[in-house]
Amino acid sequence: MAAVTPLLLLLLLSSAPSFSSESRNAYNINGRVKIPQGLGLGTKGYALPGRMSNVKVLLNGGQNITFLRPDGYFSFHNIPAGTHLIEVSAIGYFFSPVRVDVSARNPGKVQAALTENRKGLSELVLEPLREEQYYEIREPFSIMSLLKSPMGLMVGFMLAVAFLMPKLVENMDPEEMRRAQEEMRSQGVPSLSSLLPGGAMN
Amino acid sequence: MAIRSFFLFILFFSSSLSPVFSLYEDQVGLMDWHQQYIGKVKQAVFSSQRAGRKRVVVSTEENVIASLDLRHGEIFWRHLLGADDVIDGIDIGLGKYVITLSSGGSILRSWNLPDGQMVWESSLQGPKHSKSFLLVPTNLKFDKDNVLVVFSNGRLHAISCIDGEVLWKKDFEAESFEVQQVIQPPGSDLIYVVGFAASYQFEMYQINAKNGELLKHESASFSSGFSGEVSLVSTETVVALDSTGSILQTISFQDGKISSQQTPISNLVEDSLGPAVIIPSSVSGIFAIKTDAVTVFIRVIGEGKLEVVEKTTHEIAVSDALSISEDQQAFALIQHASSEIHLTVKLAHDWDGNLLKESVKMDWQRGLVHKVFINNYIRTDRSYGFRVLIVMEDHSLLLLQQGEIVWSREDGLASIIDVTTSELPVERNGVSVAKVEHNLFEWLKGHMLKLKGTLMLASPEDMAAIQSMRLKSSEKSKMTRDHNGFRKLLIVLTRAGKLFALHTGDGRIVWSHLLRSLHKSEACQSPIGLNLYQWQVPHHHAMDENPSVLVVSRCGPSSDTPGVLSFVDTYTGKELSSLSLDHAVVQVIPLPYTDSTEQRLHLLINADKHAHLYPKTSEALSIFKREFLNIYWYSVEDQNGIIKGHALKCKCTGEVADEFCFDTRDLWSVVFPSESEKIVATVTRKLNEVVHTQAKVVADQDVMYKYISRNLLFVATVAPKGSGEIGSVTPEESWLVAYLIDTVTGRILHRVTHHGSQGPVHAVFSENWVVYHYFNLRAHRYEMSVIEIYDQSRADNKDVWKLVLGKHNLTSPISLFSRPEVITKSQSYFFTHSLKAIAVTSTAKGITSKQLLLGTIGDQVLALDKRFLDPRRTVNPTQAEKEEGIIPLTDSLPIIPQSYVTHALRVEGLRGIITVPAKLESTTLVFAHGVDLFFTQLAPSRTYDSLTEDFSYALLLITIVALVAAIFVTWRLSERKELQEKWR
Repeated sequence: MAAVTPLLLLLLLSSAPSFSSESRNAYNINGRVKIPQGLGLGTKGYALPGRMSNVKVLLNGGQNITFLRPDGYFSFHNIPAGTHLIEVSAIGYFFSPVRVDVSARNPGKVQAALTENRKGLSELVLEPLREEQYYEIREPFSIMSLLKSPMGLMVGFMLAVAFLMPKLVENMDPEEMRRAQEEMRSQGVPSLSSLLPGGAMN
Repeated sequence: MAIRSFFLFILFFSSSLSPVFSLYEDQVGLMDWHQQYIGKVKQAVFSSQRAGRKRVVVSTEENVIASLDLRHGEIFWRHLLGADDVIDGIDIGLGKYVITLSSGGSILRSWNLPDGQMVWESSLQGPKHSKSFLLVPTNLKFDKDNVLVVFSNGRLHAISCIDGEVLWKKDFEAESFEVQQVIQPPGSDLIYVVGFAASYQFEMYQINAKNGELLKHESASFSSGFSGEVSLVSTETVVALDSTGSILQTISFQDGKISSQQTPISNLVEDSLGPAVIIPSSVSGIFAIKTDAVTVFIRVIGEGKLEVVEKTTHEIAVSDALSISEDQQAFALIQHASSEIHLTVKLAHDWDGNLLKESVKMDWQRGLVHKVFINNYIRTDRSYGFRVLIVMEDHSLLLLQQGEIVWSREDGLASIIDVTTSELPVERNGVSVAKVEHNLFEWLKGHMLKLKGTLMLASPEDMAAIQSMRLKSSEKSKMTRDHNGFRKLLIVLTRAGKLFALHTGDGRIVWSHLLRSLHKSEACQSPIGLNLYQWQVPHHHAMDENPSVLVVSRCGPSSDTPGVLSFVDTYTGKELSSLSLDHAVVQVIPLPYTDSTEQRLHLLINADKHAHLYPKTSEALSIFKREFLNIYWYSVEDQNGIIKGHALKCKCTGEVADEFCFDTRDLWSVVFPSESEKIVATVTRKLNEVVHTQAKVVADQDVMYKYISRNLLFVATVAPKGSGEIGSVTPEESWLVAYLIDTVTGRILHRVTHHGSQGPVHAVFSENWVVYHYFNLRAHRYEMSVIEIYDQSRADNKDVWKLVLGKHNLTSPISLFSRPEVITKSQSYFFTHSLKAIAVTSTAKGITSKQLLLGTIGDQVLALDKRFLDPRRTVNPTQAEKEEGIIPLTDSLPIIPQSYVTHALRVEGLRGIITVPAKLESTTLVFAHGVDLFFTQLAPSRTYDSLTEDFSYALLLITIVALVAAIFVTWRLSERKELQEKWR
């Protein structure tokens, strides 16, 4: 699990407004990516594939790319006013893209919303919507799964024929039995089925 | 292993919604491979850490910054910066931070050396555009804090190395001032900024490094002007060339006074020819100039006197200076000599004495040495040892130490231009084949181990044995063709002009070949590889021939420079022949005809719209003449917004009779109004795509006919305003128009406008449908749309009575000139991610259902079932539709993590996805390339025609044995019973 650094560093930086204007037509977008510690623990012993240093933040489909500081903060510099799209690429997590409005009229105002569920954000803190599990989990071995496999069914059927059929034959009327056997003999089919007790049922 | 039985209905069984591509973690690496590269190294900095593993930090032309293990060349960490964020300089600060300056000097970042975590990022602005310099002075301290000196955008900054805070800045606003060098003499608190103003004035600024105060500003004018770069020969002397490139200016600015001396090159070198250029180097006292033929090393001996120390006609590469002690600097020099390279390490002040002289055998397939980086280490006997990192012409990176190549990286593979595939040789008697399974006992043992694994009885060692057995199964990396068509060669052309053949089984390089035709020559100044085509694919007639590929390249960046063709044998990698054309190559059209040796006919269109036929044989000409009237093609002029259709007219009417050259005529043209529409994407069907059936059975026993034509073109245009980036335009002034155009007649079959949408558009065309991805500004989300086109002219034929009475139109000729009766269906969905590439799976017979392969912005490849993009989806499908496999309509497309083809890996810098059908119908091979390479096999409808890899043969055997045993036991039992009955 990527270490989420203590909040100490964060406080130092968060005093800066989210959008600070630098020159006439260019603004900065500052935000933070937060990966909650609790999310990573559900992986049942799998090594978490992504690390904090491999997280990328992308503006407008890759027009600008930036990386995270150890405390999860990121910033884009010299962004013109308008509506932008921020995406976070982190292996192992699903982030919703975020719509960010950089307004020329009142700089410093935060206007951000997740595009997936249209949830507004009061500050630009991006959290994963869910964890992504790229591998199927192997089902533990069970007798049932073995029995359900075609070969298991085959064996099961054979056993049923071998052990249940004689029981059925036993319950039959001996007269009827003899007649059936005679019938068989008259047909004279020397097959394995005639040798088996179950064959008498035909 | 594969039981090839085409049980079609199995396809329909597999219509459950669970992700089709899914992988268990222990299956990673069985069918896929992943290779990581960095690209051609631009700059390398060695980490001088005494303890720990030795590292080298490099920046590359692919815009990667990476830390490599100096012992093995492996990547410790790596970051790919944005395409507009080109790295200008790197260095190491305080021994533990990697400093990068990028985006034309406007972004400065610091990375933690051990793990690559970004520490801080600063944005540096300035008054105007200029060259940028990054200096990391070792002894310049500022309140115990090391200082970085950055000159960028006409402003000098001093920046704290710890947190990226700007300590002071100084503007150089003079209009015409162009900075050439920023110098920080070690041991002093001064910074010199030197440059030219108005191209004939030399300016020198002396600045206090503590506070940025301007101490001195001197200038001197030189009537002869300057050209090119300047070379720094000492901390207070630079050498420059005058505007004619024939006189050397030695300018020294000691103590703030500018003095200069002029030396004509002809005084130094008698037979100097033509203008020279200065090769920048940082070795003190020495600089090099290069004319067309010779490279001359010149030493400065005090007072501006120059002396030639060496003159060579060999190709040469020089490293930067490396200070090995207080007053000694060493540098490395590499010279080529036939199959060897000579490495010499010299001291800066003593040219004739060599510290080291080594010869290393070098594969000529690597070409010339382009760059050298030197590093030293202390041997056990306390003497200095040197290692050099060299970058070759094919973009590979090698480490030389003690006369040997310690490691090499094939980083040319990071910049692939085009990919094609080739079959491997057929397995014949005499062709040596690696022993697959040695004997029955080992085979059984392997399968017993597997069974133990399935039954969860295996110990950890057993599990490891199973895993390694599966991974190195020699079956998949054999050098012969296999029954299922999984083993192939991927032929890739890289930007360096090198052709590689990669084995699909394990990704190893089978051969590599630096194309001689792509070498710089007098006729061809800067050759660029363009495309690969399959030239000869022998399968019916010419089985003894080796397959070959055609490499099309041209001599310069503009499209009217003459082209070069080369033909390469794909089994051996030998260049069979190469042709320097006397015409340009604007378009290459592979024709669907082959000659008796299975060479494919290609039509090359030049800039004057003449068509040239290749191969130039009489047989090809006779085949071509037969099909003369059936050849149509189109061209897209995206600047003018015109799409044109062409056909052949007659033989060339030029001055030289060339029977392989043809005149062409324009058939039609579609002109898009330039004020409202701009072409952003054109997509057509893959030439080799196979469609199984034209009919599509829909729910109520009805049939729809797909409109399948090879001549359909999808064109997307956007409003010119909206062709920029997202956020630059409002929804009202942006729209996207999608067209389906018939390329033979120029008829627009379908047109749809998406208001409030903009590009970039990524599209893929297959069978009778096209899927495209674009940005919806109103919802501020990405959208994907599908258009399916159906043929209505045959709809009436479904009536049995009409067929019986002969009133059907099945026998009526199909002509593209008659107006086609088509209907289209389309639907749009939201999609979360930006895309970098899009592709569709292709299978041998086109029976298997299709999957879209989406290369997302996170450099992953997602497989998405085509059924999610079916225009017949409704919110509440009827029972019949559900049975057909129609998914209830949702507003966005699902992203199922298990259907990421690349699972937990990234194909860094993803550029393209290529799919190739295997011989086995269910399976398709997928190759994704960018800076990394990734290959895997996909079965979009599961492997219905073969047993899976983890099929347990041992379990099957045991079952059979158990059954036989049971038969015998029951037989004995029944016999005994019968006997008893008889006695009774």
